[in-house]
Amino acid sequence: MIALPPPKAETLAHRDEIIAALRAIVPGEGTISEPIRLKPYETDGLSAYRQPPLAVVLPTSTEQVAAVMRYCHAQGIRVVPRGAGTSLSGGALPLADAVVIGLMRMNRILEVDFEDRLAVVEAGVTNLGITRAVEHEGFFYAPDPSSQLACMIGGNVNMNSGGAHCLKYGVTANNLLGLKFVTPEGEVVEVGGGHLDAVGYDWLGLMTGSEGQLGIITEVTVRILRGPEGARAMLAAFKGTEIAGQAVDAIIGSGIIPVALEFMDRPCIHACEAFAHAGYPLDAEAMLIIEVEGSLQEQDDLLARIKEICQRFDPISLKVATSTEESVAIWKGRKGAFGAVGRISPDYLCMDGTIPTGELPHVLKRIGEMSEQYGLKVANVFHAGDGNLHPLIMFDANDPESFRKAETFGADILKLCVEVGGCLTGEHGVGVEKRDLMPVQFAPHELAQQRKIKSAFDPGWLLNPHKVFPLESAAR
Amino acid sequence: MKLIAPASEAELAAVVAAAAAAREPLAIEGNGSKRGLLRPVQAAGTLSTRNLSGITLYRPTELVIAAWAGTPLAEIEAAVAEKGQMIAPEPPDTGALFGTDAPSTIGGIVAANLSGPRRISAGAIRDHVLGIRFVNGAGEVVRSGGRVLKNVTGLDLCKLLTGSHGTLGIITEVTLKVLPRPETAATLAVRVPDLTAGVRVLSAGLGSPFGVTGAALLPEGPTALLRLEDFAPSVSYRADRLTGTLEAFGPVELIQGEASADLWRRVRDAAPLHAAPEEAIWRVSVRPSAGPGVAASLPEARTLLDWGGGLVWVAGPATQAMHERVVAAATAARGTFLLFRAPEPLRATVAVVPEEPPGLAAIAARVKAALDPAGIFNPGRLRAGA
Repeated sequence: MIALPPPKAETLAHRDEIIAALRAIVPGEGTISEPIRLKPYETDGLSAYRQPPLAVVLPTSTEQVAAVMRYCHAQGIRVVPRGAGTSLSGGALPLADAVVIGLMRMNRILEVDFEDRLAVVEAGVTNLGITRAVEHEGFFYAPDPSSQLACMIGGNVNMNSGGAHCLKYGVTANNLLGLKFVTPEGEVVEVGGGHLDAVGYDWLGLMTGSEGQLGIITEVTVRILRGPEGARAMLAAFKGTEIAGQAVDAIIGSGIIPVALEFMDRPCIHACEAFAHAGYPLDAEAMLIIEVEGSLQEQDDLLARIKEICQRFDPISLKVATSTEESVAIWKGRKGAFGAVGRISPDYLCMDGTIPTGELPHVLKRIGEMSEQYGLKVANVFHAGDGNLHPLIMFDANDPESFRKAETFGADILKLCVEVGGCLTGEHGVGVEKRDLMPVQFAPHELAQQRKIKSAFDPGWLLNPHKVFPLESAAR
Repeated sequence: MKLIAPASEAELAAVVAAAAAAREPLAIEGNGSKRGLLRPVQAAGTLSTRNLSGITLYRPTELVIAAWAGTPLAEIEAAVAEKGQMIAPEPPDTGALFGTDAPSTIGGIVAANLSGPRRISAGAIRDHVLGIRFVNGAGEVVRSGGRVLKNVTGLDLCKLLTGSHGTLGIITEVTLKVLPRPETAATLAVRVPDLTAGVRVLSAGLGSPFGVTGAALLPEGPTALLRLEDFAPSVSYRADRLTGTLEAFGPVELIQGEASADLWRRVRDAAPLHAAPEEAIWRVSVRPSAGPGVAASLPEARTLLDWGGGLVWVAGPATQAMHERVVAAATAARGTFLLFRAPEPLRATVAVVPEEPPGLAAIAARVKAALDPAGIFNPGRLRAGA
């Protein structure tokens, strides 16, 4: 278990009083304090870490969030924000003396404006819920993290979530226009709005990806886009990871930006094929799934160009979907990758580093060596266009030694990502999981600079104080 | 005024540390091409990044380029063009507007977050900054971001520094995302009765599945322009389909090749507003559908609408009264404004950008102090006394 800051005795001693005060702000079912009902809030998508909070409040308005924040600020009580709890980095992990503010009841779509191509939604609307609200006019909200059915837009903003299609459409930060949030001192602030690019400090950009360190996001204005006429996928399998990497370089170098460009290594291909029977070539060392968009004739033109490029790299097989059904079949294995790995191993850790794409063969070779050294299997999926690598490390959670080794193996992979010019996390966030690795990527004075900005928003370090920054350096 | 232009980042950091110790304010610039932007800075010395120049990394297949802040934008654009790539937000050339031939540096473009017509489809400069190095007010070299396309490690100081106009730190190196330069471009032009009808044309284009990468309204006509960029077969197909959609609004003219490129350079640089150098120029950003209303409420001004109607370039008398009317129009439309060009006395008198949002003023002051504790960077550039 990762170290958490010691609970404030003062807060724990006044538990009943605090809960009564919270109940006065968020009445009825909106304030939760019974231990059995706190249980669902003790963890998130990184379920190895668990800690029940002091209490949970489920406000229904920005005003309620502000009142809770003002109260907690006045009393010096720690606060942890939570959306759907799908974080893979422990982003929603509570503290024993913290009040969790859950945004899931703030789930209204406040405005949809097709002419100006935007939607204003509360933080607890799910990612897919936005698309559902606009798709009848052919529009969609572009970032598509794999948890999009459950994850909420407030959490997406806090983690700057990506997805399989961000090579073309960008990540959350590139698809936002405005935010309403509550500061740690309980002030309601609006930044941005329906327009682009306010002159002055980019508060919208700073808040995005701030992992709940700077404020509680309650409303989000997102850009919505008109969807393409259609999309189609192809599959290309190669004899080696290096040559597959060269094919990726050649595709990008030719001026084509596919909407998705996914890479799977041999263990991943085998796991997915056993699970999904998608017809993946089992003799390949590496496989690409490449998706393009446009009208049928545009798809044909692009897929022909990509196929021609792939043919230069001695492919084992090339399969271009001729229908939507065939595209779905090609994606089926990749989309089930996590489930597929879950089937062959009782537990796995999903890592999330980013590397310069040219370093892929070197990094995969080193990960293979580490896998042997730790005696743990690993399967790699990789957003090849943008360098975001997801090694899935398989272990047995019932064996503490196996879990410890898996964590060390994961940390070694992330250190390698930084060493080759990449970073610790491409889309999952630092959370608690990678908190103690931050000094690998940042010098002490660089972390201090970030902490000073955190302090400017949250002088008392009451908001999520156990995340992003190593504990020993967290206290101002 | 004393000009210091260090030849290395370390030397620049030492100059800052000394100025901080002495509490001597510094004006920060590259080549000074945008000295006419925002408020005049009260500082005895100017610190320039112009001698920190050169491309430090370019990996076309990884879509990434890095350069020292003082590198001329033109040098970077030439280097990426050679590999068939581009800086997608197409930052404007402001030389004619500010009456200078000093070349824009990449550091200045990032510090001003200036983006052109492609902003609506490809994102702003701030969306393409992958990493920066900057010198903070304590004279420390700080890195944020990196050289990869996807990175959420720690607070995003790249976003905070981009568009901060040298008031939070001196950007010394930037790493940018680059994209393939489209093989072909074409423009569809529709003569419209008024700006409101024009924005309807632009919205029809931007709400279509055809990937419009530019949507502007030229004052002559007025004329609605929609740009398509991609491989030739795609552009030709989409131009046909989009023409079919737009014919409901009036006859559609197809403009190709150099004529199309020239149109978008004129939009990018707000060339239709260059005629009267004595006039002030504002940039107002609102919801696209509110753009025509902003223009209509300023009948004595000449306007050019970009970003689907959401960016209103305004040229008019350089007076305080006119400024107040532009601000009122932007505020009524719940948008934002920037007094882009004006004689120094006007710039020194009025608020050239909106105040910080209510509730954020104290935090903004603390953020400034967190980066520039001695308050030496570009005092008064964005707002009086800040």
